[in-house]
Amino acid sequence: MSIMQYNGGSVIAMVGKDCVAIASDLRLGVQSLSITSDFEKVFPVTDRLFIGLPGLATDVTTLREQFRYRVNMYTIKEEREIEPQTFAQLVSSTLYERRFGPYFIEPVIAGMQKTPAGGYAPFIAATDLIGCLNFAKDFVVAGTASEKLFGVAEGLWEPDMEAEDLFETISQTLLNAVDRDAFSGWGAVVHLITKDQVITRKLKGRMD
Amino acid sequence: MASASVYRGAGFDFSNTVRNSFLEQRGVPLPKATSTGTTIVGCLFKDGIVLGADTRATEGPIVADKNCEKIHFISDNIRCCGAGTAADTEFTTALIASNMEMHALSTGRKPRVVTAMTMLKQMLYRYQGHIGAALVLGGVDATGPQLFTIHPHGSTDKLPYVTMGSGSLAAMAVFEAGWKPDMERQEALDLVTAAISAGIFNDLGSGSNVDACVITADRTEMLRNFVKPNERVEKERRYVFRRGTTAYKSEQIRSLVVEETVTRTGEAMDTS
Amino acid sequence: MPDGSFSHPQERQFNPYTENGGTILAIAGADFSVVAGDTRQSEGYSIQTRYAPKVFRLTDRAVLAVNGFAADGNMFVKKVKQRLEWYRHAHAKDMPLRAIARLIQTMLYAQRFFPYYVYNILGGIEEDGTGAVYSFDPVGSYEREACRAAGAAQALVQPFLDNQIYFKNQQAPVGSSHPVHLPLQDVLSIVIDSFTSATERHIEVGDGLEIYVIVAKGRSPQGLESIRNVQELSTNPEGDRVFVIRRELKKD
Repeated sequence: MSIMQYNGGSVIAMVGKDCVAIASDLRLGVQSLSITSDFEKVFPVTDRLFIGLPGLATDVTTLREQFRYRVNMYTIKEEREIEPQTFAQLVSSTLYERRFGPYFIEPVIAGMQKTPAGGYAPFIAATDLIGCLNFAKDFVVAGTASEKLFGVAEGLWEPDMEAEDLFETISQTLLNAVDRDAFSGWGAVVHLITKDQVITRKLKGRMD
Repeated sequence: MASASVYRGAGFDFSNTVRNSFLEQRGVPLPKATSTGTTIVGCLFKDGIVLGADTRATEGPIVADKNCEKIHFISDNIRCCGAGTAADTEFTTALIASNMEMHALSTGRKPRVVTAMTMLKQMLYRYQGHIGAALVLGGVDATGPQLFTIHPHGSTDKLPYVTMGSGSLAAMAVFEAGWKPDMERQEALDLVTAAISAGIFNDLGSGSNVDACVITADRTEMLRNFVKPNERVEKERRYVFRRGTTAYKSEQIRSLVVEETVTRTGEAMDTS
Repeated sequence: MPDGSFSHPQERQFNPYTENGGTILAIAGADFSVVAGDTRQSEGYSIQTRYAPKVFRLTDRAVLAVNGFAADGNMFVKKVKQRLEWYRHAHAKDMPLRAIARLIQTMLYAQRFFPYYVYNILGGIEEDGTGAVYSFDPVGSYEREACRAAGAAQALVQPFLDNQIYFKNQQAPVGSSHPVHLPLQDVLSIVIDSFTSATERHIEVGDGLEIYVIVAKGRSPQGLESIRNVQELSTNPEGDRVFVIRRELKKD
């Protein structure tokens, strides 16, 4: 078994109309043994920016702290908050720096990006474990249930969904995908980001 | 410790390799990165170079990105197509683009394609094939149109028409059948499109759209999604759920709007 | 050795199996059954053919989909058809669906130690007129279900079906419940969308789609005749009827 499946876990991000959503399961296990059902893998970076870190749990913690440090340094030096696009590049180069000894994490990024006109536009991205960026216009997935997430998301997603519709679609995609994955599940959390609020909901999912 | 300094040395960080090779010894296979099981081509014509690429990125049999960009910027007059490990092609070309700009600034000359080719091959040779980038490099400089292929171990070729990636055989078949010296711009662009299409339709590692780039002495034209022969058909049904379909246990709302109410108290300041 | 012989024993290996990609799926309705498969056959990164059927009509009430190693699949279907013909000659009627399912189990398990490297899905109409789907593993373990996907894109399609056919993880509106069976038109839409989705994200799925529809005796074909590219394959319009719908899928 690959080290990417050792602790289990999955993350997905989707774009809607003037909103984005990022969701993850809550399982942490050691191979097929489930340990805890409150292991969050999605972390806030700024008010309107989140990062999901599915993969090896030790690296989830390490990278979360690494990114927190680097984002803080950026904020102090630049005297402004980091934008999603910039943060994606930071994630990418942090991972590629360890090209020959990678962290076993496939990050997913979701946030609202400031536009030159002064508004906010949805932004999502994902990278592989050595930092190859994937900017998608619809959805990005990662983790042990990634194949299942791809299949369901490709079926359920449609453009320009309102925030509440996006919540239903991302939740249904995640729940049904992790129910067919032995290494993901045990509850789920969804973050729904719009220009002026962030809604966080803990989903009711199968606990087996 | 990291807390001491913001500065980090340049180059790769090998601090995880001991841990990772220990895991590998214990029989845990190291995971594979996104690869662009690609079709990329380049073709010489009368007054320049046409480069072409498909837009599919794969992770094993799964399509990770349906519309990625594989024609990378090196300089105004030089572009580079990448196949192989996606992150390696991305970062290698970005690094060489940066070094080429520095080089151009210090020499005060327009950069040459051979310079980029030499930088790329020396870097890839130094890493002994561990940087899995297979490249098609093309451009027009003071010495005229130039076209090269660079393999992951650092060997290079200089040919009038080249292909690389998993779709290289399909694309080369088209070139062998259709390429001739001194083609017009349109002929060359059509040939490159046909070669990439052959890869898209006959090689499972390649797919989606055709990207092309025409480089001549006086201008570079990036034709992103030049042909889109694989648009998804409309779905038979809509799948929007009734609101309230998903059960949730808790909800937390964080408002980002700062509510401000100004309450006037007391009398106005005496300004007399 | 100088005479061409070896001083040590030499081991030679031959792998008799390959994977040929593609995906199949089947859904059972109240009085109909739908069995579908794409028509691409591949090996590695090469397409061997863009039209290799994976779904086969066995009788007027049974359709079999086979996926995995194509050579084994074709041979297996051939042998099942032969056994069904012998049954017809012996009993002057077609074998019932549940009997075909049991026959397939014994035929697969007979090869327990050199298996047919195929996943089978059998769809059709039971003797009581209900739609049925039976799914098998390569050595004959089987189960009757309402829906099943198998093959290269099983992981992509099955959770989508769980959601859309079984309404998994969906709360019904207050005071109502989810339907047990969907009408044919809805099932066909879900089948087509499953395959177009799988084609988008799996490199081994694409080229063409064949959807077999088996409608129970005396039931209306629910507007099936008006669908484009539909063809009837059954011999007796008074009994259970078999139709096939052909669609194009993306070819990249």
